[in-house]
Amino acid sequence: MSTRLANGGRLLNKARTLEFTFNGKRFKGVEGDTLASALLANDQMLVGRSFKYHRPRGIVSSGAEEPNALVGLGEDARFEPNQRVTTTELFDGLTCASQNHWPSLEFDIGAINAKLSRFLPAGFYYKTFMFPRPFWKHVYEPIIRQSAGLGRAPRDRDQDSYEHFYAFFDVVVIGGGVAGLQAAKAAGDAGAKVLLMEQTPHWGGRAPVDGGTVDGQPVDKFVDGIVSVLETMENVTLRRRMMGAGVYDHGYLLGYERVNDHRPDASGPRHRLWRIRAGQIVTATGAIERPICFSGNDVPGVMLASAVRDYAVDYGVSIGDRTVVVTNNDDAYRTAITLKKLGLEIPAIVDTRASGGGALAGEAIELGIRVENGKGIARVKGKKRVEAVEICVQAGEGAALEEIRCDAVAMSGGWSPIVHLWSHCGGKLLWDEEKAMFRPDVDNAPTGADGQGFVRCAGAAEGHLDLADVLNGADAAGKAAAQATGHTPKRSKVPVADNPKEAGIEPVWLMPQGAGVKLRMKAWLDYQNDVKVSDVQLAAREGFESVEHAKRYTTLGMATDQGKLSNINGLAILSDALGQPIPQTGTTTFRPPYTPISLASIAGEARNETFQPLRKTPMHRWHAENGAYWEPVGAWRRPYCFPKPGESIEDAVQREVKATRDSLGLLDASTLGKIIVKGPDAGRFLDMLYTNMMSTLKPGRCRYGLMCNENGFLMDDGVVARLDEETFLCHTTTGGAESIHAHMEEWLQTEWWDWKVYTANVTEQFAQVAVVGPKARKVLEKLTDDDISAEALSFMGWTDVTFGTIRARVFRISFSGELSYEIAVRASHGRAFWDMILKAGAEFDVTPYGTEALHIMRAEKGFIMIGDETDGTVIPQDLGLDWAISKKKDDYLGKRAQERRHMSDPTRWKLVGLETLDGATLPDGAYATAQGNNANGQRNVQGRVTSTYHSPTLGRGIAMGLVLNGPDRMGEVLEFPKVDGTVMRAKIVEPVFYDKDGEKQNV
Amino acid sequence: MLILTCPCCGVTAEETEFHGGGEAHIKRHGPGSSDDEFHGYLFEKVNPKGVHFERWRHANGCGKWFHAARCTVTLEVFGTYSAQTTEPPQDIKDRISARRPGWSWREFA
Amino acid sequence: MSEAVSALDGASHEGFVRVEDMGLRAMITLRGDLASATLRKAVKAAAGVDLPEARGIEVAGDRAVAWMSPDELLILGAYDAAQELRDKLEKDISGEHALVADVSDARALLRVSGGVGAREVIAKLCPVDMAPEAFGPGQFRRTRMAQIPAAIWMPDAQSVQVVCFRSVAEYAFNLLRNAAAPGSEAGLFI
Repeated sequence: MSTRLANGGRLLNKARTLEFTFNGKRFKGVEGDTLASALLANDQMLVGRSFKYHRPRGIVSSGAEEPNALVGLGEDARFEPNQRVTTTELFDGLTCASQNHWPSLEFDIGAINAKLSRFLPAGFYYKTFMFPRPFWKHVYEPIIRQSAGLGRAPRDRDQDSYEHFYAFFDVVVIGGGVAGLQAAKAAGDAGAKVLLMEQTPHWGGRAPVDGGTVDGQPVDKFVDGIVSVLETMENVTLRRRMMGAGVYDHGYLLGYERVNDHRPDASGPRHRLWRIRAGQIVTATGAIERPICFSGNDVPGVMLASAVRDYAVDYGVSIGDRTVVVTNNDDAYRTAITLKKLGLEIPAIVDTRASGGGALAGEAIELGIRVENGKGIARVKGKKRVEAVEICVQAGEGAALEEIRCDAVAMSGGWSPIVHLWSHCGGKLLWDEEKAMFRPDVDNAPTGADGQGFVRCAGAAEGHLDLADVLNGADAAGKAAAQATGHTPKRSKVPVADNPKEAGIEPVWLMPQGAGVKLRMKAWLDYQNDVKVSDVQLAAREGFESVEHAKRYTTLGMATDQGKLSNINGLAILSDALGQPIPQTGTTTFRPPYTPISLASIAGEARNETFQPLRKTPMHRWHAENGAYWEPVGAWRRPYCFPKPGESIEDAVQREVKATRDSLGLLDASTLGKIIVKGPDAGRFLDMLYTNMMSTLKPGRCRYGLMCNENGFLMDDGVVARLDEETFLCHTTTGGAESIHAHMEEWLQTEWWDWKVYTANVTEQFAQVAVVGPKARKVLEKLTDDDISAEALSFMGWTDVTFGTIRARVFRISFSGELSYEIAVRASHGRAFWDMILKAGAEFDVTPYGTEALHIMRAEKGFIMIGDETDGTVIPQDLGLDWAISKKKDDYLGKRAQERRHMSDPTRWKLVGLETLDGATLPDGAYATAQGNNANGQRNVQGRVTSTYHSPTLGRGIAMGLVLNGPDRMGEVLEFPKVDGTVMRAKIVEPVFYDKDGEKQNV
Repeated sequence: MLILTCPCCGVTAEETEFHGGGEAHIKRHGPGSSDDEFHGYLFEKVNPKGVHFERWRHANGCGKWFHAARCTVTLEVFGTYSAQTTEPPQDIKDRISARRPGWSWREFA
Repeated sequence: MSEAVSALDGASHEGFVRVEDMGLRAMITLRGDLASATLRKAVKAAAGVDLPEARGIEVAGDRAVAWMSPDELLILGAYDAAQELRDKLEKDISGEHALVADVSDARALLRVSGGVGAREVIAKLCPVDMAPEAFGPGQFRRTRMAQIPAAIWMPDAQSVQVVCFRSVAEYAFNLLRNAAAPGSEAGLFI
């Protein structure tokens, strides 16, 4: 059984007990524990079921690479699935539950899959869920959905907060082990601005566990010393609980800081995502120990040798009383020696190397540990816990030589440098035959904006496994990084490390070498995805030779751990199956993040009321207080209508239209774009921008204009007012304010840069109110002494007027067909002006109206709306707007395009009005059908509805649409099938339904 | 995510301050141009592997357009320069030649 | 004028630093040839300060001139003086090709103050190096604040002023308020 030892636990504060629950059971741990060490201290070795076969699984590692021990952490608004117990710091009151089992962890129905494993080979889903097609929806999909995924998704809204932080450093060192510390010190000593981040709460990495000395003192003393020096350096920032999540182009780096995961009751954000720009990045991310593939290597109690050592030294936890060590390298001997010195039993060290190990092996033998060279494990006995191992000859086929009783197996297949961050942005790898590892090809680093490499590696991440090499390499990396960012490294002595000399590794990809199919089917490569040696071999036989294909086919290296333990073993097996060397197979692509990061940290501040900017007009609060029913228009919120208590949306819209046409309506038109265009060439410039002639407009007058892009398509429209000889004010649509201003600047800066024109977007300087209806002049005359009579301010004119103390510019323009004034006042006075009109208009029953009433009134008048009548493929000629296209101009944007054959094709659909025979309202977007079917067997069409409303003015449905030869077919009746199968019939009419001669607006 | 230096205001900033505007040094063809010329102007953009010239706007900054010479493979930025020019300036071309001897792009080399 | 109301109407919030609406200020956009002697003289006469260097801001009392782009300045003053500032500039530059526009009401002006933490609040939202050695008083930076354009400058070492469009003033205020939440100090700038 696993238990807490009386001694040891260098990271613990045993004086402080912490309580937590796992699957409802209450446990005790101590301060400094990870959830993993605390579970193991309570003999909770079984922590989950595997994904596919639901096999019992235990903790296998002590760090970020953990594939098995994933739990649902927390409850309700703090629940989060798939959390690794090995990287979860224990806190008082922690609750967690295991995943992927039913009804319980101990007894799981899904484990039947393990019995069926012969029938669930690699590619099972691809092979099985193919035919018949109708089975997909009702049979396969529900089955797959039921079995998909590891943890369950949270149900409640996340109660915590998250944030970003933009930071800039010369040198960022990722990893706070001895290599990272030394690299940071070397770079810091040179004067570089340095950030050193460490994903765990502790400095020093695993070197203090591994032993050896630096400058004659134990490694942990060296670590304490260098950390205290770094802490005093003003140019060095130290952050713990911060992971280098990803390295991107041009030195962009994401640092994922788990600020409060370990103290959930503290104030502040739970996670902070650091968006860092680094001149140079040093990855000192260490290495991951590889498992060995032997039958039963997934039985709880089989663990990485380094993890067994970590739990003993760091957390004072023994994984078992009797631990068999199996290895192909010297490092695992450290585990045996450590455990033995703690008084635990090591029945045997099984070393696959016929020639055995180096100095550490000698030390083990001296301690009386039995060492079996040239041997391997044939199989592990036990189901939910290791009971014994069968020893065999590694070079053979697995015949058992003897059975050794044990309750734990510590395995080591060698070490793989953590090259993820090096590789994220294109760093290349080399296969090191001698060390049996992929390590960074330092001559092919990721390159930055200047074309030079910006990532360096240090320590085990660079491929160094010897402490002296680690420190020398790290010091050099730190100095080089500082130099590359313009600093001069100091000459300094590298700390001298002393470490036992190690014998070389002999790669072992399968144990024993000649393992038969029965053994291979229980030799797990990927614990998380239940991929066995036999699966990868099958994939190779079936032709999935590319490592990327084999990954997807077998699921090797997928899901939350992304194959941190399995990838190298897997591609070695694949290489062997294909009969090619490992470098030829290569690795799958390393993609960020290094380990999963919370989605909320990516969202950062973009949640709740700051999810996105909502633009509000100066009258917004009045609208809100008066029951506005909102419509999003771009980022703006505009009132769609103002329903009265008990009134429906439809009724409110109809009422607003009627009140405006009968007496007086009020519209908040502040969102319309307003751009000042000024200069000696302003007229010439606007002549190019608009299809109309704008340069002939007289000061004091307004003109409606159309704007096309170079493709000839209509992109915006609005009224242009000439303010003086050199100055125009261009109104754009609400959505066009920013884009049209940008469009103007683009042409001025990149094509006609010698033209003397300046623009300014003054959209938000003004609150704009449309005062509309037969009583519009009357209400305004109450408020000013200025002359706004029909003579002084005629239709399509503008003038400056003062209303009380408020200065305003009044445009006599109409989008409703009524007598109408659009009045611009400074935004800060907008609300006061709005209130003033409301008060003065009370006697006329003034009615604020929303965007839908605006739409209906413009449709009654046959005015087009950008985005309804246009969709990016419509030219002004389609809309019968030829009158607004100047024939006198040699050029305007879109003119050449409109001369293209397709644009002048007489069969282009053209704008008409549509009147249903029964007065009903056509559905928006409905198509008019024509005879016959097209090549896809669909009904031919000859037109479509672009705008459709019930007109309260006419008491019937009105619509506009684009119809083939429409203007030549007045009176013809078209058929519009509805989605319910019925057909509506509508007559082609002129698009102007109301006041065809424009008498009402011109009074 | 790229970093670019706006030659108009001198700010070096990350990509989110900028807005890409497609290929640079395109000659406008208006009324009077042939169908082929007009088609080429509007639709025939190059998307080379390697040296490329692009338009960018410092949208969340000074608002100015500028040109960038960039490698589409390595993302190396050879330089940024004024948008008020019809061809890359000599110093930019020299810098590209130093990094990518024998380069060519459209009619420039 | 009593009727003039800023978008945030004087809102404020105490976090680890203070976030507040600074109310209305005169803001005049001037576009023109910044090298022109006439223009420089006119700006000096109107604002009482010299033209700033590129990316800079010159401040004198409640007046200031900020460099917006190679052909644009922003002139700040007391809100009530907006009309006068605008008219004076327009008159003094009348012979030149230039554009003068009153944008006093198109913007919101916020202040984050109360210590070095003001830098951190901005660093959470803007992709700008807010370290003291990289940004400080006298500099003016137009950038992106979360999802909106904004400009920032530091009137002193303890505070940052933020200007953004009026319509998104509430969004900007909420961003700054949340970024200043007690307990969320990153501790990077000391």
